[in-house]
Amino acid sequence: MKKELKFKVNGQPYEIFVKPKTLLVEVLRDLVGLTGTKRGCSSSSCGACTVMLDGMAVKSCSVLALQANGTEVVTVEGLAKGNELSPLQRAFLDHGSYQCGFCTPGMLMSSTALLTENPRPTKLEIKEGIDGNICRCTGYNAIVRAVTAVVKGEYKEAK
Amino acid sequence: MSDYSVIGKRVHNIDGTEKVTGSGKYTFDVVLPNMLYGKILRSPHPHAKILKIDTRRAKRLVGVKAVVTGKDTLGRKQGIWRRFPELCDEEILCRAKVRYIGDAVAAVAAIDEDTAEEALDLIDVEYEPLPAVFDPMDAIKEDAPQIHEGVELNININRHIEWGDVDEAFEKCDHIREDKFKCSSQAHVCMETHDAVASFGHNGKLEVWTSSQSSYYIQRLYADMLDMNESDIRVTNRHTGGGFGSKFELDSAQFCAAILSQKLCQPVKIVLTREEEFTATKRRTPMYYFLKLGAKKDGTMLAKEVRVITEGGAYTAMGATALYLTGFFSSFPYKYPNYRYDGYRVYTNTATTSAMRGFGAPQSTFVGESQIDMMAEDLGIDPVEIRRKNGMTPNYEVPGQAFIQSCGLHQCLDKIEEHIEKRGKLPPNHGIGVSAYGFMSGGIFNWFNTPYAFSAAVVRINIDGKVDVYTGTCDMGQGSNTTLAMICAEELGVRLEDVRMFSGDTGICPPDLGAWGSRQTLMGGNAVKMAAAECKQQLIEFTAAKMGVNIVYDLDIKDRWVHLVDRPERGVSYFDIVKEAIRGKDGVAIMGRGHYTPHRKGMISPAYSFGVQAAEVEVDPETGRYKLVNVTTAHESGTVINPVGIEGQLEGAIMMAGGYGFCEDQPMDEGKILNPSIADYKLIRSLDMPETDILEIDTYEPEGPFGAKEAGEGLTNPTAGAIGNAVYKAVGVRIYDLPITPEKVFKALKEKEKQQKKAKK
Ligand code: FES
Ligand code: FES
Repeated sequence: MKKELKFKVNGQPYEIFVKPKTLLVEVLRDLVGLTGTKRGCSSSSCGACTVMLDGMAVKSCSVLALQANGTEVVTVEGLAKGNELSPLQRAFLDHGSYQCGFCTPGMLMSSTALLTENPRPTKLEIKEGIDGNICRCTGYNAIVRAVTAVVKGEYKEAK
Repeated sequence: MSDYSVIGKRVHNIDGTEKVTGSGKYTFDVVLPNMLYGKILRSPHPHAKILKIDTRRAKRLVGVKAVVTGKDTLGRKQGIWRRFPELCDEEILCRAKVRYIGDAVAAVAAIDEDTAEEALDLIDVEYEPLPAVFDPMDAIKEDAPQIHEGVELNININRHIEWGDVDEAFEKCDHIREDKFKCSSQAHVCMETHDAVASFGHNGKLEVWTSSQSSYYIQRLYADMLDMNESDIRVTNRHTGGGFGSKFELDSAQFCAAILSQKLCQPVKIVLTREEEFTATKRRTPMYYFLKLGAKKDGTMLAKEVRVITEGGAYTAMGATALYLTGFFSSFPYKYPNYRYDGYRVYTNTATTSAMRGFGAPQSTFVGESQIDMMAEDLGIDPVEIRRKNGMTPNYEVPGQAFIQSCGLHQCLDKIEEHIEKRGKLPPNHGIGVSAYGFMSGGIFNWFNTPYAFSAAVVRINIDGKVDVYTGTCDMGQGSNTTLAMICAEELGVRLEDVRMFSGDTGICPPDLGAWGSRQTLMGGNAVKMAAAECKQQLIEFTAAKMGVNIVYDLDIKDRWVHLVDRPERGVSYFDIVKEAIRGKDGVAIMGRGHYTPHRKGMISPAYSFGVQAAEVEVDPETGRYKLVNVTTAHESGTVINPVGIEGQLEGAIMMAGGYGFCEDQPMDEGKILNPSIADYKLIRSLDMPETDILEIDTYEPEGPFGAKEAGEGLTNPTAGAIGNAVYKAVGVRIYDLPITPEKVFKALKEKEKQQKKAKK
């Protein structure tokens, strides 16, 4: 039996009918059509599907879509303001914090959530913040450098 | 080298904005109208006859559109060693027999993944289990079950490499060591699992989107398996979510999607689950290593003898190449005057082992660099010194095998020595281990039997001066598109933002063997450079005629300015010249073609890069647990084209190679992989990642584009050896089998204690 899911994604309200077992990541990718969010394991252990739900980083493969009822979800597509990339996105570009890019949306969402909660994390806290995200390409250090640069104020928020 | 205007600059990857905004399309994201979803049924037995497959119940399930088995195929066998039909041994969809847990036996296409999954349970397969064998040491015994018909002792292939007189040389040695090692397996763990969308049209043509390292190989292997013309198959590689050696053979997702689509003339998408990725794709080759090393008192190494037995798994795949390369790289990076290698690849009833970043060299480097440290200790020589004494130098010929032109090994050794000295006295239970390596810049061998140039490119300049590059190379995340665009921009004298890349699409790009064996920068780069040079020549000829330049002057283009080399202020705008030249050519865009195939460059590779790595660990002697504190690498890769790219390759390699040394493993029980999930397969996460420092050494490789060569794959070689040597330096125990887990260190420490107590008594 399908149920109604009302929530906002990147500021846009949606009303969608979903099966009780449908996962949040499925709704985002298949029904809303935002394919930036990836899936690397579907068992909550790689972080590729990380999105922000009411400001908190969650693994959207382990959240039922209906649990997102009434919430605001932000995906990687919601980070840029118009044609202005977010500070983290620009820092990732400058520091080569991605290679194949498959983990990148999840990495960006985990780091964005981290900075929302704790705008001045230490290096260790940054590493902890992305420890749930696997990256097979970069070796993480370039990601940590990018987040550090944002923390140091080297990238200003777009107006 | 500073007069380059593009090369060596810190730039964003040309597809960077797509990657940080999530807008880049991967095969995983491809959805076509009328598309179905496929799933694959796999064998639960390591070795069994297939007696019967009944698909009737599955076909009746609502939403199921097709079910296929081996009977729906032509019954051909694929293999990447196409020159040797007996090594093409993989049906992909098995008809009579399964050879490992995970072998594919049937595939379903349905309206969605859930329905396809449900249908798998409704396929009835009757098996007759056969005796199975899992360890290559058992598989070569007389009474072992035979895995492939007619293959005696299950020996899939053997390789022999020899030069000098090894036996005579051992007689002259003052000291000889014999050691045994075991190298474990490793999973690639690409974040995007293997996937494909295959679409057969009613016109009999096949289009495939797939995550791959070589669109050309996939296209050619499809043509073999489906008995089609290559040109009726278009393989497109979009963004690829990692490859690391796992994505250049025809895989079950690609093949089954095509077979299903052929039946239905509808697009079919198959994405392997993470569990399938771990159990039913290929992996790094486990190896038993037997080494004999002989040296003079002063540390001069006179002879080395190497015997290797590798666990092949069920099929040949690229494992034959790994067998060859591990033998060749066992001599690296040293000047052994006498050397002998015998390697055997043995079939087993386990998941097939094949190519993985480093391609046999991480294994040979781990064992070789461990043993050379032991030799140094026996002789009372410093580890850096013994490497210096024997290390390769520029213009060295590996007897009868290879010619090494540029080589910065000695500068790397100097830098690492400085680094260790600077580090000074280490805190207790810390140790720094050193490991040296070399690697190739693309293979010369053509076991695939391609009639094409190894690399080819077309460059087109449009009316607005913007440049399109068409190349069959594949960017799987290593950044080859950026590197090749930089090479094109430099050669042509334009800016990076003027260049657009079209790669990995067999429909529009000239064939290229693809991204494996570290071949893209040197081979793909030479092809792109040649194509760009041909365009530039046309523009220069046109400019010379138009400006009425005295023929004693040379012209060049730099930063969009076509000018006299000796009088750079005399020139014209590149954009203006392009417009006029195209008009002058009756409206035809400026085009250049380039290609590269190594000739007269020995048997292995046209160029080699070198490096030395120092890993520092901190061991807790109570528990055996240890931490990777710092990994510093002195590295030379010829001219650095893309510095941000190289740093990324280096750090990423440490994550992967450190994992190989430190924690990654695939334990099995009766052929069943016990940890087929990211939660259970331990890999290095951000908190385990050590500090990484890079000391770049300047070299110039005459064979490479602008002097560049390999950078990134070779970096997977040294780390396991460096970790092993570091643990030994820290607490005095030597681990002979990978990975070097805390448990093994703990056990070895206990054993050492026992021995010491005994000795005291
Ligand atoms: S896909 Fe959700 S954590 Fe891996
Ligand atoms: S960039 Fe490839 S997995 Fe992180």
